[in-house]
Amino acid sequence: MKRILIAGATSAIAMACARKWVDGGARFALIGRNGERLEAIARDLEARGAEHVSVHRLDMTALELHAETLQACYEALNVVDIALVAHGTLPDQRECETSVSTALREFSNNAVSVIAFLTALAQQMERQGHGTIAVISSVAGDRGRRSNYLYGSAKAAVTAFCEGLRGRLWTAGVHLMTIKPGFVDTPMTRHLDLPRALVVGPEHVAKDIVRGIERGKNTLYTPWFWAWIMPLLRGLPDSIFKRIRL
Amino acid sequence: MTLSFQSWGRYPALPQRVRYCHWRDELARVLGAALGEGDTTLPVGNGRSYGDSCLAASGQVLRMRPLDRIIAVDWATGRIEAEAGVTLEEVLALSIPRGWFLPVTPGTRYVTLGGAVANDVHGKNHHVRGTFGRHVRRIGLVRSERAPLVCGPETERDWFAVTVGGLGLSGVIDWVELQLLPIRSSLVDSIEMRFDNLDEFFDLSALHDASYEYSVAWIDCLARGNETGRGVYMAGNHAAEGALAVDMRRQFALPFAPRGSLVNAVSLRMFNGVYYRAHSPMARKRVGYGPFFYPLDAILHWNRMYGAKGFQQYQCVVPEDAAREGIRALLEAVAASGMGSFLAVLKRCGDLASPGLLSFPMPGVSLALDFPQHDDIDAKLFSRLDAITRAASGRLYPAKDAHMTGADFRRAYPAWEQVEAKRDPALTSRFWQRVTRS
Repeated sequence: MKRILIAGATSAIAMACARKWVDGGARFALIGRNGERLEAIARDLEARGAEHVSVHRLDMTALELHAETLQACYEALNVVDIALVAHGTLPDQRECETSVSTALREFSNNAVSVIAFLTALAQQMERQGHGTIAVISSVAGDRGRRSNYLYGSAKAAVTAFCEGLRGRLWTAGVHLMTIKPGFVDTPMTRHLDLPRALVVGPEHVAKDIVRGIERGKNTLYTPWFWAWIMPLLRGLPDSIFKRIRL
Repeated sequence: MTLSFQSWGRYPALPQRVRYCHWRDELARVLGAALGEGDTTLPVGNGRSYGDSCLAASGQVLRMRPLDRIIAVDWATGRIEAEAGVTLEEVLALSIPRGWFLPVTPGTRYVTLGGAVANDVHGKNHHVRGTFGRHVRRIGLVRSERAPLVCGPETERDWFAVTVGGLGLSGVIDWVELQLLPIRSSLVDSIEMRFDNLDEFFDLSALHDASYEYSVAWIDCLARGNETGRGVYMAGNHAAEGALAVDMRRQFALPFAPRGSLVNAVSLRMFNGVYYRAHSPMARKRVGYGPFFYPLDAILHWNRMYGAKGFQQYQCVVPEDAAREGIRALLEAVAASGMGSFLAVLKRCGDLASPGLLSFPMPGVSLALDFPQHDDIDAKLFSRLDAITRAASGRLYPAKDAHMTGADFRRAYPAWEQVEAKRDPALTSRFWQRVTRS
């Protein structure tokens, strides 16, 4: 039986992962902002066979409450085998270009709150000496595109932070996987005009994540083809990249 | 992303804008937003209705499929309460290992609970268990202009009667509580018997229906003369022992719709002839519930086989006293037209009353035929079939329909005015507009 902690549990990808983990029998601690929705997910997971689900209401931008909530999760689970950090927002890039407060708030949602939570979580996991932390970053963090660079820069911060943290945790026997999804069809992206051939559903991404954790992957591109696209994109010289409307 | 929504028959092809409902707590807001973009909207499930009953008159549909959470389940009693977008497949995946099956299932498991209620679907056990709605205990209904309500056979019965089989018009169904059927095995003990003409079907059905939970027949609708109505009678019961295993067959998907239909005179004659001969005069076997109930689910997007123009299904039910002559006349008219059907399905419906005012089945025999869409199919074939159905006091199935006249609908479903009176003013479909206003 796995003991699983999920931050940002109402996100489509997190919900899809939870349903996959339920099959093997699992206990969950779910963290999210909306109590009613967390309860709906908890009932669903229990009906599907979860042994126990506890819900913990928390707005992840309330950094000062992280430690307390994490403590409550640990009390419910005792040990954490898998921690999925999935919270985030998709900012309106245009608005971020004109409003400093929006830009910083969105950076805080997607980078600062993740770094803060991981800092608290890493200490707990280090102490227990085993388990996996899986963090949802994004292919957007691999290169700052003009259409989405606020989000991209926040995810770049998360990716770099995770890279270093992975090394530190490795010495303690804890694994950290950085997840870089491409375009995923979720409520967060539904209003965007994405190239349909590259879009996958959250179930697809969840399948990759569950398998990636089982195999101990360090960085997971999902779907797989982004592992080929992103190095090409990163390899483009700035003199060309700046001219591409991406 | 360009989002679109089509009915299963892909005809009529009317563009639909899509709004998704992901959470029950946002339903009222999403309903309001959809109404901001069109004067009315229509809740839709997984798009398995064939004609225009799942197309919004305004071209703005509200997709309920993302509401796919289980709310509560009691495996001791087999009661399951789930959000409206949960599919029958998802229910089976959970319930079968615990010894429960759907009390009634249509020929596909890719319909949502909300859709199954709104169309009051039936299956091969109609003669024993009636329609899906008979097994629904409670429904959560959200209306645009009043507080949400809960209806069922014991509470708010007026609302229950207009919601079961009510084509999604009485309000948005946001959750359903269903009583499941206990099973000991996921296998089905089945029997197949070939029959040489329509009279033999009626004899087989009269003789065997009572001893089987499930029965249905396939008909070679191209056969003429003495062989009119030849086919294969298939019946089955849940096996008394065996594994409780969820069907995990690999699916094959039709990747795209070709321009023209793959179903034509040549392929039809071949398929119908081969299918008939492939069955021995009589065979007993133990099969998985997947191939028994859902043979077509093995091919995802099989509707694409009819090409870009799509297809129409003609499904009618003819009352018992006129069944033999009525079905014969229908089959003769089809054979004479030369427009055969790939799948022709014959099913005897029982006399268990449906709780819905607009439920399709009635005691008698139901016939379902699929035809590739042609511009002149109404004039050349359907008008002829409609005349036969009308003369036999039969009726057509709204969930499958894209052609019936308003007059035929109103004659066959006299309770439609009660449904119209309780219709949510914010909801209406192309179908409803077509059959109530013309």
